[in-house]
Amino acid sequence: MFSFAGGVGSKGPRRTRDPKTTVVTFAKSAPPNEDKRWRLVDATMRRQGQQSRGLIEALHTVQEAFGYLDQQALRYVATSLRVPLSRAYGVATFYHFFTLKPAGEHTCVICMGTACYIKGATQLLEGVKRDLGLSPGETTMDRKVSLLTARCLGSCGLAPAVVYDQEVAGKVSPQALREHLSQWTRHDA
Amino acid sequence: MTPDELKQIADTERESLGCFRHRVNVCVAAGCLSCQSEAVKEALEQDVSRRGWGDHCQVKGTGCMGLCADGPLVSAGSERLYKGVAASDAAEILDSLEGPPVSRLRCPTDVPFFQRQHKIVLENSGVIDPERIEEYIAAEGYQALIRALTEMTPREVIEQVMKSGLRGRGGAGYPTGLKWSTVAKSVGTQKFVICNADEGDPGAFMDRSVLESDPHRVLEGMLIAAYAVGSTEGYIYIRAEYPLAIKRLRGAIRQAERAGLLGANICGTRFNFKIDLRLGAGAFVCGEETALIASVEGKRGTPRPRPPYPAMEGLLGEPTLINNVETFANVPPIIRNGGDWYAQIGTETSKGTKVFALAGRVQNTGLVEVPMGITLREMVFEIGGGIPEGRKFKAVQTGGPSGGCLPADTLDIPVDYESLARLGSIMGSGGMIVMDESSCMVDVARYFMDFCMTESCGKCVPCRVGTYQMHRILSAITGMTATPQDLAMLEQLCDLLKHTSLCGLGQSAPNPVVSTLKSFATEYKAHIEDHKCPAGVCGQQPVGASV
Repeated sequence: MFSFAGGVGSKGPRRTRDPKTTVVTFAKSAPPNEDKRWRLVDATMRRQGQQSRGLIEALHTVQEAFGYLDQQALRYVATSLRVPLSRAYGVATFYHFFTLKPAGEHTCVICMGTACYIKGATQLLEGVKRDLGLSPGETTMDRKVSLLTARCLGSCGLAPAVVYDQEVAGKVSPQALREHLSQWTRHDA
Repeated sequence: MTPDELKQIADTERESLGCFRHRVNVCVAAGCLSCQSEAVKEALEQDVSRRGWGDHCQVKGTGCMGLCADGPLVSAGSERLYKGVAASDAAEILDSLEGPPVSRLRCPTDVPFFQRQHKIVLENSGVIDPERIEEYIAAEGYQALIRALTEMTPREVIEQVMKSGLRGRGGAGYPTGLKWSTVAKSVGTQKFVICNADEGDPGAFMDRSVLESDPHRVLEGMLIAAYAVGSTEGYIYIRAEYPLAIKRLRGAIRQAERAGLLGANICGTRFNFKIDLRLGAGAFVCGEETALIASVEGKRGTPRPRPPYPAMEGLLGEPTLINNVETFANVPPIIRNGGDWYAQIGTETSKGTKVFALAGRVQNTGLVEVPMGITLREMVFEIGGGIPEGRKFKAVQTGGPSGGCLPADTLDIPVDYESLARLGSIMGSGGMIVMDESSCMVDVARYFMDFCMTESCGKCVPCRVGTYQMHRILSAITGMTATPQDLAMLEQLCDLLKHTSLCGLGQSAPNPVVSTLKSFATEYKAHIEDHKCPAGVCGQQPVGASV
């Protein structure tokens, strides 16, 4: 689903050699399209001095602006910061926070931290699996609901915790979770 | 900013606070916010302005008040704490300000949960508005920095920290003063100070709470450290999963810059320091110093062998000081009151206080700060209020995936670095999860191994393959298909990982298994020989469900 066929070569940085100084200069790469959100990404990279150590910050901005990291974005960031595409892909897949797939309309994050696990987060996961047939990281066929898990939300006092579209809910019972999810799948049908 | 200007801000702020006859504080840290405390605050504010009480009744948002399980929390004056407050209770709370408190919502504050605490790091949490630098300054904030810059040499600052006996609060407990002096002595063209706010342990939330409730305290601690070691550039490496803490930190940095407390020529001296945020992206291993540095450099967070230690060669190959949030938060009071003052608190080898996140099967879940050396029994049964629903205590887990499970017969040991290590656990960053008889210890060990397996960065073989093999065996045990040979293999793997892994993640990954094997061997035996789970947990759920 995520292929890099074609390699970096064709779209990599264009190297031009100044005949007098033999300094290698890099042509500035242009954003993949007219989308205004690329300006945010450019601003972040500029703030990091267009240096390779700004890679993670740049990917954060892309994900914040576009919701996920697609091939086009990885290529653009890698080219702009002059890192191999393999490194950008490596970083994007190493860290759990980055996602290469677009999320559904709504996301439900179930916390799997120790406190939540002790207080029954597994039952919550099983409930979603039973009702919607979703495993962590999956999205329903109609792209309405995505299910994710978190290592720990730091809301241990409210275990088990669930995040519905950025809103943290505490002491969630399997019934409450089912009701909330059924609102999402029913209403906007 | 000069010391006089700082004093003036503090005086003005105190004076304006003194004008209010009543002060109603609403907790707006993450725990209470997710119980809709923002709506409570708005309702109170609207009601106050409707009554025209704006001149004598102040409503403000503050940081964490501690008892996260009973949010939203509201305090009216220093005596009255209300729990589980709804927006509709606003009028009743305001009506009662002059008279007796609203008994329906009252949360008793004369209980051990509040009385046994000794607040140093959390002294401002739940008291000041974390989004206003003036309130921090009025609470003696930035005075330690001024004193360090104007009255002390860097060497004297380090001496005070050494004298205090402060040890790293991130888990390993390395003496902070020693680390500082190593960085101070190291030679480099530039030195860096990094604050480790990548609170990865599941079940730990004190760093988040400190950053959300009192962000300036951490900045001040970093500034003092930077002055002591001779650094001009600092980073805070914070989890992207903590959006509120990030927002408050960004705001705090901006305010400090505007006040001349960050940037060039701080307080009119020749000291320059700037702080930037770096967002983590969800990798437990990045809590390890060298992995964290790799991540700040924009790379995959994989550790490298030490030495050279970051204190000699860290970020970009330069000497780098890395301390945890709570460590930095302890620094301002140490400089303000002196190292000797801090060294009076705690035990012989573990000085000061420690913030714990108490969670799991315990009555009072939340954040507590206690002097080192308090016993586990006091933590669980007095402060924690015991186990709910009349169940029986089984174990307390400290130190997250790198720590161990301590059974009932260890309840009377004091909580300090050495005592916990002797029992095969660690202090860790301060997560404390209480378990009762409804938890299966083999399942808990499997849970932590699953975590370590997923979080292993894959660089060294013992950790990458070992955690996988151990998880496979533990899944077989909870699936009732394991043989006694598997158990022997499990023990062997524990030993192997401990001694041959590259970094702390792999070296400590066997701890939950070792400690449960030691204290709960009968449970392992019941699974393997009798194919039974004494707690009735295993066998009911799909075994090996990936976390």
